[in-house]
Amino acid sequence: MAENRKRVPMAERPAAERARSFEEVALGYTAEEARQEAERCLHCKKRPCTGGCPVGVPIPEFVGKVAEGDFAAAYELVRRANALPAVCGRVCPQENQCEGQCVRGNKGESVAIGRLERFVADWAAEQGLTAGEKAAPNGHRVAVVGSGPAGLSCAGELCALGYSVTVFELLHKVGGVLSYGIPEFRLPKSIVEREATQLAAGGVEFVTNAVVGSSVTVDELLDEYEAVFLGSGAGLPNFLGIPGENLLGVYSANEYLTRINLMKAYRSDYDTPVKHHRRVAVVGGGNVAMDAARCALRLGAEEVSIVYRRGMEELPARREEVEHAMAEGIRFRLLSNPVEVLGDEKGRVRALRCAQMTYGESDESGRRSVHPVEGSEFLLEADAMIDALGTNPNPLLRSTTEGLDADRRGRILTDGELATSREGVFAGGDAVTGAATVILAMGAGKKAAHSIHRYIQSKQ
Amino acid sequence: MFPILSKRALNEAATVYEFRIRAPLAAAHCRAGQFVIIQLDEQGERIPLTVAACDAAEGSVTVMVQAAGFTTRLLCGMEAGDELFAVAGPLGRATELKNGGNIAVVGGGVGCAIAWPVARAFRDAGCHVDLIAGFRSRDIVMLEEEMRRDSSEFFLCTDDGSYGEKCFGNAKLEALIREGRRYDEVFIVGPPIMMKFTSLTTRPYGIYTVASLCPVMIDGSGMCGGCRVTVGGETRFACVDGPDFDAHQVDWDELIARCGFYADEEAEAREHNCRMTGGVRHG
Repeated sequence: MAENRKRVPMAERPAAERARSFEEVALGYTAEEARQEAERCLHCKKRPCTGGCPVGVPIPEFVGKVAEGDFAAAYELVRRANALPAVCGRVCPQENQCEGQCVRGNKGESVAIGRLERFVADWAAEQGLTAGEKAAPNGHRVAVVGSGPAGLSCAGELCALGYSVTVFELLHKVGGVLSYGIPEFRLPKSIVEREATQLAAGGVEFVTNAVVGSSVTVDELLDEYEAVFLGSGAGLPNFLGIPGENLLGVYSANEYLTRINLMKAYRSDYDTPVKHHRRVAVVGGGNVAMDAARCALRLGAEEVSIVYRRGMEELPARREEVEHAMAEGIRFRLLSNPVEVLGDEKGRVRALRCAQMTYGESDESGRRSVHPVEGSEFLLEADAMIDALGTNPNPLLRSTTEGLDADRRGRILTDGELATSREGVFAGGDAVTGAATVILAMGAGKKAAHSIHRYIQSKQ
Repeated sequence: MFPILSKRALNEAATVYEFRIRAPLAAAHCRAGQFVIIQLDEQGERIPLTVAACDAAEGSVTVMVQAAGFTTRLLCGMEAGDELFAVAGPLGRATELKNGGNIAVVGGGVGCAIAWPVARAFRDAGCHVDLIAGFRSRDIVMLEEEMRRDSSEFFLCTDDGSYGEKCFGNAKLEALIREGRRYDEVFIVGPPIMMKFTSLTTRPYGIYTVASLCPVMIDGSGMCGGCRVTVGGETRFACVDGPDFDAHQVDWDELIARCGFYADEEAEAREHNCRMTGGVRHG
C-alpha cells in the first residue's frame, strides 16, 4: 500500500518553457490518471473533506463516480453544488479546505480532490455536456451586482431555483477577478468564458458596462427587482504608504494584472501598453503576488523577486503557486520590507530600500510580530515595484445607497443570512469579508441565493 | 454595442471632434465634470473621456475628442453609424457647484470641452461666470459660440495672436484679477502644464482653485490605482476621489511625469499601426 501514500502526479509544462509563456502551467489528469487517483479515496465514514468545502460539493460521491469511470455522473454531482467547477479545480486553496481535512493526509498525501474536480469539469466541457434541464421560471426577478465568483455563484443558484436573474458588471467582460486578476497560465480565460456561457445558457442575463451606484442606483434596481445581491468584491488596492510610491514603475498588482489579463497587453494585437521591466520587485506574499511575479517573468524580466515581510512558512499563497514560482526562478526575499522607493533623474524607479525583519513577541492570535532589524537596510535594484498588499471594497455602492451600513474599512455589514441593513439587499464575498478567496466568495454567493429565496417566499 | 449618432469637427484644423454616442446607462444620471470610459473594440484600450453633455431622454452622451493618442486617433477616424465596443459611466465625482458668487473658468485647448459644460453648470446654478478660453492658434479654436452664449463674460486668447487677444489664458486671468475682479473660485482645465501655471497664477491671490485632472487609468472605478495623484501630500485616485482637486495642493510635476509614462509605447503603436495597416484597424 506504500505506493498509495502518494498522489498521482499531474503533468506540467516544464518550468523553463513555461516561464516565458502564458500557456496554462498545469495540464490536468488523463482519464486513466483520474481514475487511479480517485481510487485512493478511502470512503471513510466521517467524510471530513465535505466539511472543508465552502460550497458543499459531495466529494466522496463524485470521487467514487470518477473511480467507476462514470464521469458524467461525477460531473452532475459536482455541478449541482458548484457553479464554477473548472475554475475551483484550478484556483481553490485545497490544502486548507477539502484536501486539508482528508484522512489520507494523516499518513502520506491527501486525495487530489482539486485535480479530480478540474478533470471532471474539463471532461464535461470536452464532451459538450451542459447543465441539465432549465428550472421552470417562478416569475420572480433578482438583480446581482458584480460578475465575479460571488455574483456568478449567486446567479447560478438562483437560476436553478427558477428566478429570472440579471447580473450587472462594471467592466466590459464578466468574471470579475477571474478575468482581470488571475493570469491565463493559471486560469485560461476561455474557461471563465465557458462557465459564463453555461450560466447564460441556463437563463442568466448579463449587462456589462453598468456601473451600479452611478449608471443605475441600488434603489432603482429595487424598483424593478424583488431583491438585490451585492457581490461587488474588493477592488481598491492598498499601497505601502512609503516615500517614492508614485514614481514611474510602481504599480498596484491590480493595475499590472489588469493590463495583462483583462486588457491582454502582452499580445501585439491588443492596444493597451505594458512596460517590459528588467528587474521587478513584487511586495507581498499571497496568490496575487505570485501571479504578478510570474507575469513579470513572462514579459521578459531578467530578475523577479518576491519581497515579503515574514518567513516562508507564512506565505499566504497556495502551496502550488509558491512551488511553481520557485521552479520558474522567482527569487524570494523573505523577512524583508521596503521602506522607500528610490528614483532616477527622470522619476523612474531604480531601487527599493528595504529593511531586514526579525520576529518578536506573539500577538493575541498567536501570530508572531515582525519588526525591522536596526541598521539592516539594504538596496534592492529594481526598475519596477508591484504592490500586492490586499484590497478593500469600493466605496461607490455604500456612498450611493442610503441606509447601507458598512464598517470602517468599507466592508458591507450583513447578518448571519447575509442580509444587509437595507431590506431586500443581500451581500457576500470580498465586499463583505475584504479580500479573501474565490471559493469563499462562491460559498457566500450560494448562501445568499438561498437567503434571497427564503426572503422572497416569505413575502408571498 | 454603442453606436455613434453624430460626429462633427469642432475647429477649422479638424483636430477635435464631437461625438454623440448612444449609451443609455451612462446618460441616465450624468452630471457636469463626470467622465466615461470608452473602448473602441475588444482589443482596444480603455480610455477616459469627460462628458460634455448628456441627454437622458435620448440616452446619449456627447464627448469631445482630440486626436492626440493612439486610441483617440482611431476614434476620430470613426463616423456616425459606427459602433463602440464599450461605454461605461458616469464615473468620478461631479464638479461641486456654488449657488451664486463669481467664478472664473479657464480652459486650455481641448480642455474647453470640459470648461464649457462646467461654466454652463455654474451659470445655471446662479453664478457670474467669466470664461477664459486659450488656444495655440486660430485654426484650433473650438466651441466659441457655445462658450460665449453660456458664460457671463467670455474672453478668447491665442498664444500667437492669430485670433482674439494675444496671450496665455493664465495671463488673461491675472489681468482680470489685477483689474479688480474678485473671484470666489477659479476652475481650470487643460493640458497639465497649462493647469500647473494657471494654479501658480492664482496662488499668490489666495483664490480657491480647482483643477480637473485626467491621468492614465484603466477601469475608472478605483481598481487599478494607475491614476493616483499626490494632493496635499496624500495619494488620491483621480477616478473616484476626483477628477476635480484643489489645484494648489496637486503635485503637478509628478502628474506631468505620470501622464507621459507610456509616451514611447504610444509612439511605437502609432507607427506600427500606420506601417502595418495604413491606419486601418485590425486588418
